[in-house]
Amino acid sequence: MKLSNIQRFWISFVLSIPMLIQMLAMPFHWMFAGYNWWALITTTIIMAISAIPYWKSAWAAFKMHNANMNTLVAIGTAVAYFYSIFAMFTGREVYFESAAFVIIFVLLGDAMEEKMHNNASNALSKLLSLQAKDAEVKRGDDFVKLPLEQVQVGDLIRVKPGEKVPVDGQVVSGTTNIDESMVTGESLPVAKKSGDSVVGATINGSGMIVIKATKVGKDTMLAQIVEMVRVAQTSHAPIQNLTDQISHIFVPAVLIIAILTFVIWYVFLGATAVQAMLFAVSVVVIACPCALGLATPTALMVGTSRSAKMGILIKNGEVLQEVSKLDAVIFDKTGTITIGKPVVTDVVGDQTKILSLAASLEANSEHPLASAILQKAKEENLPLQAVEDFKAIEGQGITASIGGQAVSVGSSKLFAKEAISTELADKASKLQAQAKTIIFVGLGGQALGVIAIQDKPKENAQKAIAALKKRGPKTIMLTGDNPQVAQAIANEVGIDEVVAGLLPNEKAEHIQHLVHSGQKVAFVGDGINDAPALSSADVGIAMGAGSDIAIESGGIVLMQNDLMGVVRAIDMSKKTFNRIKLNLFWALIYNTIGIPIAAGLFIKFGLQLSPEFAGLAMAFSSVSVVTSSLLLNKAKIS
Amino acid sequence: MTISQILILLVAIALIIFIVWWFFAPRQEQAASGQIVNNQQIAEIVVNGGYSPSTIVLKKGIPAKVKFNLQDSTACLSRITFEQLGVNTALDKDQAATIEIPTDKATTFNFACGMDMFHGKVVVK
Repeated sequence: MKLSNIQRFWISFVLSIPMLIQMLAMPFHWMFAGYNWWALITTTIIMAISAIPYWKSAWAAFKMHNANMNTLVAIGTAVAYFYSIFAMFTGREVYFESAAFVIIFVLLGDAMEEKMHNNASNALSKLLSLQAKDAEVKRGDDFVKLPLEQVQVGDLIRVKPGEKVPVDGQVVSGTTNIDESMVTGESLPVAKKSGDSVVGATINGSGMIVIKATKVGKDTMLAQIVEMVRVAQTSHAPIQNLTDQISHIFVPAVLIIAILTFVIWYVFLGATAVQAMLFAVSVVVIACPCALGLATPTALMVGTSRSAKMGILIKNGEVLQEVSKLDAVIFDKTGTITIGKPVVTDVVGDQTKILSLAASLEANSEHPLASAILQKAKEENLPLQAVEDFKAIEGQGITASIGGQAVSVGSSKLFAKEAISTELADKASKLQAQAKTIIFVGLGGQALGVIAIQDKPKENAQKAIAALKKRGPKTIMLTGDNPQVAQAIANEVGIDEVVAGLLPNEKAEHIQHLVHSGQKVAFVGDGINDAPALSSADVGIAMGAGSDIAIESGGIVLMQNDLMGVVRAIDMSKKTFNRIKLNLFWALIYNTIGIPIAAGLFIKFGLQLSPEFAGLAMAFSSVSVVTSSLLLNKAKIS
Repeated sequence: MTISQILILLVAIALIIFIVWWFFAPRQEQAASGQIVNNQQIAEIVVNGGYSPSTIVLKKGIPAKVKFNLQDSTACLSRITFEQLGVNTALDKDQAATIEIPTDKATTFNFACGMDMFHGKVVVK
């Protein structure tokens, strides 16, 4: 006969009702006629259905020199049951109900725990089921509906409004808005046009687009997220080592405590053998260490999948534990604190003329600042003019001629000293003091005006840094930029400390230095050239999941390029880790208090646990730990 | 002290000594190797009150599968987890669960029950 735990529970529960009635009627001195026979028969059936699996498992474990919670359940129920049979035929008081209720409560606990465990792990498969089932793929001249497995890299796929994007890809034609919340946690739809990349399982808004598949199957972003969360959920947190050690000696130790309880009551305190036995059985039953074993894995499971839904991927339990005690959070400047794209902030002089001249020249340049000027000119709808004799002068700027006139765009070095008016030079140095890069624009050798360019901080950088500082850690910014520029940005967003002028490899060295000095540090970077720094820190936080390297070397990966994600990641890690600690605390407290009470240590104060209540308490402890972990789903995160 | 009390005391002391010896005395671990058929290694672990054998030794370089044959009806051993492999699966009494073990590197994969109370390992060498 194959019964599930919950079926066993219900059968046993129904069978135990007469005993329950008798227990409740006891105080009124009302006795069931032939109660002992009733109890014997029903308990025997309950034992046969429900207890024997525990006895078998315990015996198999015993033969392998192992002991576990089943050992405790088996000994507790077997002692109560077989003693009662002996007692019945020798005319003593019976304790069938203890054996029956202990097993019923244990079964209830097991069944509930199993159910909640399944709930928690189902969250992950739900994530994967977000994927579309089929895709409209171009075959020949037509788009045909194909199952997802048949889509290959390079295929052109049509995505209609309201449909899910089937795989990761790049938009080839059409424009639309896409709801990416399932991957990034960002609730606002993101505009997509030709050339933009899209992620599988996100939902297409109002436009029809054609995409070219870039990643399929196991390689898609969603598949990688699911894989990472799956690994994280089974990972170990270092705090767990404690329970691992305890679990090896716990059960044999409890058995010894139970024997001692019996001996002390019977031999030294003069209790009857039956009383001593009840104490010993209660000890065995209440000591089941399941709550201890469930404390960490269940919290990890819920915590990591909740974070994944917010676009925060936490690699493992170790990261979680490290994040909860950070001393400092170190940021990379470009692309992390700042947008990573320089923009024109000021133009001194005739804006139209200066911008148009500069843009015409910069159109031929590959300098990073050139794109900022071109962007600005495009925004202002300025036409570009044809240039001749284009020349790039290393470290100074560029020169060319437009309509026969010499045009120069670059640093002050490009101009003769007297070619820059004092007024212009003053304005330029003022802008420079605000950490802006200055470009002079000149016509016929005379400087006409100045363009100031700056890589601006991200919109919510200030808010995120403030929120972070409120949580305790110091904030540090590392950059290869010059100290003046770095300090100005730091002041604007509220960073505590700036280390500027670093070469890329020096960033990692600086972090190692901090780690060696005993500080717990996290490094936040966008990952493209930050991989060494990410892995040097105690916790590497990679932003904007752009590169695979970042995912490899980051302990936490933020799907969104948003600094608030750092705050959320820290909050979520802390919440999860605190939950683990709380769970462990309860599980331990529960055993350390439960065992002495069961052993009759507090009987003077009228505090005593009968075996059946010990069984109830035990079932309750594991259910409460799992419930507490599930409550993480409801925890408030900014 | 009555005779029966003294007797109980002696039995209890004997029992405690037995428990300590039975559970804590150093013992050789059970270990078994995988069977190789057609360039595929298969090993089976019986799950009943623990894992037997608790250690499986596999040869490096040959694709390997480890089957977990559940014979235990209690919730205790109903899941199997491989931390390094990110495996956390429910076991089924009717159908053995098969876990694929990467054998490209010599390493040790630890496995445990869902509550981390029972442990075993798969050694690739």
